Amino acid sequence: MSHLNDDELVLLHYGEDAGPETNAHVETCADCRERLRGLSTTLALARSPEVPEPDEGFETRVWARLQPGLALPEPAGRFRLLRHTAWPRAAGLAALAAAVVVAFLLGREFPSRSQPLSPEVRERVLLVAVGDHLERSRMVLVEVANAPRGELMDASVQRAFADELVSANRLYRQTALRSGEPALAAVLEELERVLVEIAAGPDDLAPAELAELQRRIESRGLLFRVQVIQSHVRERERESVPRGAAS
Amino acid sequence: MDEAAAVARARAGDSEAFRLLVDAHSRALFGLAYRMTGNKHDAEDVVQEAFLKAYRGLDRFDERSKVGSWLYRIAANCAFDVLRARQRRDRHFASSDDGPSPEPPASEPGPDRMAMGKDVRDRVAAALARMSPRERAAFVLRHFEDQSIEEIGRALDLDTSAVKQSVLRAVRKARQVLAPLAGAAS
Repeated sequence: MSHLNDDELVLLHYGEDAGPETNAHVETCADCRERLRGLSTTLALARSPEVPEPDEGFETRVWARLQPGLALPEPAGRFRLLRHTAWPRAAGLAALAAAVVVAFLLGREFPSRSQPLSPEVRERVLLVAVGDHLERSRMVLVEVANAPRGELMDASVQRAFADELVSANRLYRQTALRSGEPALAAVLEELERVLVEIAAGPDDLAPAELAELQRRIESRGLLFRVQVIQSHVRERERESVPRGAAS
Repeated sequence: MDEAAAVARARAGDSEAFRLLVDAHSRALFGLAYRMTGNKHDAEDVVQEAFLKAYRGLDRFDERSKVGSWLYRIAANCAFDVLRARQRRDRHFASSDDGPSPEPPASEPGPDRMAMGKDVRDRVAAALARMSPRERAAFVLRHFEDQSIEEIGRALDLDTSAVKQSVLRAVRKARQVLAPLAGAAS
């Protein structure tokens, strides 16, 4: 029999079934025994990471969070925001709308315009679009953040929304960066991470997945930050309306 | 009340009896979840999720099995789910414009080869970070937790040949970063 290959040595190292011939070979082949010893030395370096000791109240906390979920109550009042709006149809167009807005602002979509857009008009187009985007995103976050803890959440509607909003968000974030709007870009980046999380998740969010999403939303004050930036955007939008045009 | 009795009572609708299992196994499951996810928050959520799944799957518990082993398998599966969700998230941002991913350490070890504990830990962490969720889960369970390939397959709902290939690929990645240190240590 020829010498053992690396995979066979790995199986031998872990005591897995590598076949009777393999076992017999290593008994008689000094070279393979030496390679097996080298492999074992290398893998012995990979020790388990040190596990932090949970605090004293860990079990109590686990139980407290778990207990409401054990009763299996029927979730009620979910999706009251999203399902009772006309958004499901509109949301499907979010990414397309964002692409058009961004292309419009960059002058790609309408290169033959004889009159280039003024910076004020460009800014206003962006502000209106971003304001709408933030409002849609905020409502998705609110639905997830307010979902009952410890229960399975049917997040199919939110997931579909988030999926649409992610692409739009990316375009707005990149535009904000290019336009020298770092504060807006930072909030959009944080928002995008959570939207991706929701979009990439399952339709049925397990309690642990829901808790993780809620933790991410709460830990960085994301809802509040989105609300603040949304308010600034709306304010700037109002200020950008030419005098006399608002009436 | 022993654990088998607690399971029987929980099955009969006494959710309080389930607490005995939470008290007895939370820490062990946390350790497993932490080794698999490398993250305290994720590990806590895995423990939570594992107990909830266990409670909802009480009817499927085989009384001939050990309660600890059953919970262990469920927790391993939940941690595997977390790793896959993390990969989906990371893939999105890697394909975006958020800069390069962190590089593993250089192949040469640091100058003080005998005091290389941190270097080893960094390399192990780098190796784990380069593994796919399946490779990482399989490697942690095989290498750190001493579970057989067959046991890992049952825990992760994978067939044994898939687990074997994952362990082998993971070991290749681990050896790539650890081999230079093995020379220094011997």
